[in-house]
Amino acid sequence: MIPLAEVGFVEATWVMVVKSVLIFLLVFLIVPVLTVAERKLIGRFQNRYGPNRVGPMGLLQPLADIMKLAGKEMFRPSGAVPLLFAIAPALVIFSGIVTLAIIPFGNVQEGIGLYGIDVSIGVLYFFAFGSLSFYGLLLAGWSSGSKYSFLGSMRSAAQLISYEVSMGLSLLGGVMMAGSLSLTSIVEAQDEIWFIVPQFVGFLIFMVAGFAETNRAPFDLPEADAELVQGYMTEYGGMRFGSYLLAEYLEMFVVSAIAVTFFLGGWMGPGPGWLDPVWMIAKVLTLIFFFIWVRATLPRLRYDQLMSLGWKIMLPLATLNVLVTAILVTVL
Amino acid sequence: MLQSYLPVLVFAGLGVVVGGAFVLLNGVLGAKRPNPIKGQPYECGLPTHVARSFRFGISFYMVAMLFILFDIEVVFLYPVGAILQSADSVFVLVEIGIFVVLLFVALIFVWRRGALDWR
Repeated sequence: MIPLAEVGFVEATWVMVVKSVLIFLLVFLIVPVLTVAERKLIGRFQNRYGPNRVGPMGLLQPLADIMKLAGKEMFRPSGAVPLLFAIAPALVIFSGIVTLAIIPFGNVQEGIGLYGIDVSIGVLYFFAFGSLSFYGLLLAGWSSGSKYSFLGSMRSAAQLISYEVSMGLSLLGGVMMAGSLSLTSIVEAQDEIWFIVPQFVGFLIFMVAGFAETNRAPFDLPEADAELVQGYMTEYGGMRFGSYLLAEYLEMFVVSAIAVTFFLGGWMGPGPGWLDPVWMIAKVLTLIFFFIWVRATLPRLRYDQLMSLGWKIMLPLATLNVLVTAILVTVL
Repeated sequence: MLQSYLPVLVFAGLGVVVGGAFVLLNGVLGAKRPNPIKGQPYECGLPTHVARSFRFGISFYMVAMLFILFDIEVVFLYPVGAILQSADSVFVLVEIGIFVVLLFVALIFVWRRGALDWR
């Protein structure tokens, strides 16, 4: 007997493989569009055009970016540790892709059930594989043999672990209300009312922690270009550099998808069952637009402000949220 | 049983393939003109001096220690949180309360001692 968590949803082998590949392709179609959308939106927010030369309305820009990055010479600093220097970017991408398996795109009981794996410990799976990217950042900074990389990676390490705690506590409220760790049960528990209403504080904490976990503005201190050049990725070039950008968008997608699953009713929406993935992706894209909007609006925090926000405001608030939710769930 | 975990393996395989491709692609496609200057770490034009035994602030250690403490709080709360609704007993609630309040006291203690102030 192998002590593995229960899986609530099993199909024929080839169906599961096809669905997994389909989810992967879907996300990898969305990510390049996101990069160009972000640049165009930031451009519009700042009263300029943004990329508009490559293809119609600049839509082929990501293709040009990838071709340019792929044609670069591969080199590494003389002080670098070659193997770890190569593994670090791959690890970050690996973490982003494996976490995609846990995002429910559709109802598994009725409807088409576009879903990787419905494991009964879904939330823990998200935390386990999502945190792997932490090693990628730390290894990248350490193995580069450069001052800026090292400082950047220490900063991002401290930032990630500070906000990891609040992130875990903010999801606990939803877990308590649904009484399950499985993401499908959590979405089904929102049949009557989306958890954003009773768990509004949790939603806010999760989003702020999500901004910090994905190293997005206003928490983009690890790559604060004004002081640390590019942080842990200073010494990277070509596709290895691109892999960190890809991983950032992947993580943004995953964090938004988890937020939608926990607080915005997941795949739920009017219409027949086959519309589920459309609703899911539409909600995720709305949240990603919010990410971009915040980047255009807020200035970057100072490092001590970031740490005191994480430990002195977010952590007590998240703990209180958990206590109050526990009392309400038991009493009501 | 194991067969139901297949999607994870598929995603892991895709992750390794894509990650590996991103890491190795430049070695295949890119130019190869090595040059000792290119091997120097980025330093804004100053002479480079890099040692692996870098020193860094003690605050990073503090944060790591506090993280272990409070992340274990989260780990212990998850199983209890998952059964809270089906258990529906005041006993479980009181247990959660005592556990959280104890850690909250610890947080206040650490806060008062100034460990949360970044130096």
